[in-house]
Amino acid sequence: MIFSAARVFVPIVMALAVGGLILLALGKDPFAYYEYVVGRGLLSWSGFQQTVIRAAPLLLIASGLIIAFRAGIWNLGVDGQFLLAAVASAALAPVLILALPSWLTIIICCGVSIAVAMAWSVVPAFLKTRYGLNEIITTLMMTFLGISLANVLVKLPLNDPDNTVPQTMTLPVPDRLGRLFDTTIHSGIIISLIAVLAVHFVMTRTAFGLKLQIVGANPRAAKHAGLNVGRLTFATFAISAGLAGLGGAVEILGVWGTMRADWNPAYGLLVIPLVFLARFHGIAVIGFTLLFAILMIGGESASRRMGVPNFYVLVLVALLLIFLALVEYLDHLSRQRKKA
Amino acid sequence: MGGLLTEAFIASLLFGAVTVGIPLLLAGLGEQISEKSGVLNIGIEGMMLMGAYGGFVAAYYTESFWLGFIAGGILGTVVASLMVLFCVLLSMNQIVIGIALTIGAEGLTALLHHFQFSRTYPRMPEVPILDIPGLQNIPVIGPAFFERHPLVYLSVLLVVFVSWMFRRTQIGLNLQAAGDKPAALDAAGVDVKLTRACAVLTTGFLAGLGGAFMANVGAGLFVPHMTHGAGFIGIVLAMLARGKPVWVLLGAALFGASLALTTALQVAGLNIPTDVVQMLPFAMVIVVLILFARHSYLPPALGLPYHRGER
Repeated sequence: MIFSAARVFVPIVMALAVGGLILLALGKDPFAYYEYVVGRGLLSWSGFQQTVIRAAPLLLIASGLIIAFRAGIWNLGVDGQFLLAAVASAALAPVLILALPSWLTIIICCGVSIAVAMAWSVVPAFLKTRYGLNEIITTLMMTFLGISLANVLVKLPLNDPDNTVPQTMTLPVPDRLGRLFDTTIHSGIIISLIAVLAVHFVMTRTAFGLKLQIVGANPRAAKHAGLNVGRLTFATFAISAGLAGLGGAVEILGVWGTMRADWNPAYGLLVIPLVFLARFHGIAVIGFTLLFAILMIGGESASRRMGVPNFYVLVLVALLLIFLALVEYLDHLSRQRKKA
Repeated sequence: MGGLLTEAFIASLLFGAVTVGIPLLLAGLGEQISEKSGVLNIGIEGMMLMGAYGGFVAAYYTESFWLGFIAGGILGTVVASLMVLFCVLLSMNQIVIGIALTIGAEGLTALLHHFQFSRTYPRMPEVPILDIPGLQNIPVIGPAFFERHPLVYLSVLLVVFVSWMFRRTQIGLNLQAAGDKPAALDAAGVDVKLTRACAVLTTGFLAGLGGAFMANVGAGLFVPHMTHGAGFIGIVLAMLARGKPVWVLLGAALFGASLALTTALQVAGLNIPTDVVQMLPFAMVIVVLILFARHSYLPPALGLPYHRGER
């Protein structure tokens, strides 16, 4: 237990330390920066609510990635899936709300968004099962394609002419996802928590989850065991893309109500390290996502206040990934030495 | 549409195709060397971006394009050396480290750019060119291919050199063996890790060079995140070229042309939104993959770290 805690916290501390040195080299006070980030992202009430709101789409993306990675499928195209799903919700919701009650609008939008994201994952899934093509490349290509397509859709057919900035029509605030109690936090966080827990349950307690794990561990053995690897691959792609799509829907229906052109938060690549850090574990990923959301919200506000651009968060994430892998490697080495 | 196939349109399309294609060519060739030796280099996007920033800064302050290119190559190599340390020597996960290097380079270059230039985007002076006498006067083709910076010619020569190296030299054989059957190479007394390390460092240099070309010659300035997936296109080119450098050249030309279509269409007086045109190369990759996927080839030991004595 002590060791697993060390495996998690050592990389975080090392990343913060090296990141701090970079800040120092740029002439900024790292302690003031980190203090501000924590103070803003966690300790202030409004900041904390923002953090929880931000965690909702991240958790949905993460839960999709847990399934994909456990099944040995590197779906690196979640950003495209997320954005196209967001476009679908942003296009549908303001129109549907004119005829339907808001609860039905939200359910339909979520469903369509999930379907759109799933559809976007069909090509990589097909190329993988049919020709054994590496899905890292194909999902990345699809994500670049999806980002541009989302922009085209928002700027041309879906553009609301009443706005000067190109964006879709807006879903009125009262019709968006319901707020929890007296806070500004929308109910998307509940959806995402349920999703993470469900994914964790499916992967650890059901036959379907076990099958996916076998495919991930050794596709050849899975085939010999009589599993339909192709169908499971399609299912994995669909579920992981669908969850990312639900993330896009929740972000639009809960926070923005509209989609602006060139809006791309690029959550996908940033969530990947978190999922690794949590070692594909559903419960652990909740903690890391919250931590990361604090960093993002605090960092955004620090970039305005302290003149450290938000790109710094990217550097921190990269450092975190490298140190995580390093600690993992050292751990592996010491265990091997014990065996020998 | 009648005026679309004018001389001006074709000239600008070809010119743009070369400008955009050279970085893709360098990245694709580099990735091919890496992949041949068995290392899937996902970090190439980060290497290009660092090369672009470093190359631009060096060229901007020294006012020398050549120093810029060399600096870009060196910075790409520096990023690649991290990949060597973690993935080749320590056998860590190539995908995780590749993503980390790409994200890190995105963040770091944007951060450095912010602190160096704030919100200004200074431009490079006009690109010095080397005319090829006799050929430069051919209409349309001359300006596109024979009135270019010397690095353009060198890059194309590099294709010939790498082909020769793959086919006729011991180094080429070693690279191939490191990716196909590393244990056999080890048994023959060649250091697998050293071979792979050299391959990845070469990739880094070429990717950095490509990035520097993109910034200094292509755009004339540095913008954060400017590579916009060029490294990933390089990976696809290497994958579809099945270990043959000439196919990387063809692929780079094709992708270069589709990327250059925006400006060419604007020359022809057609205004198509940039987003539509930006989709073209990626849509093309997908179409090419669907049509020719069965022909793509990757070395058997790609992505797998080598441990001596392991089965």
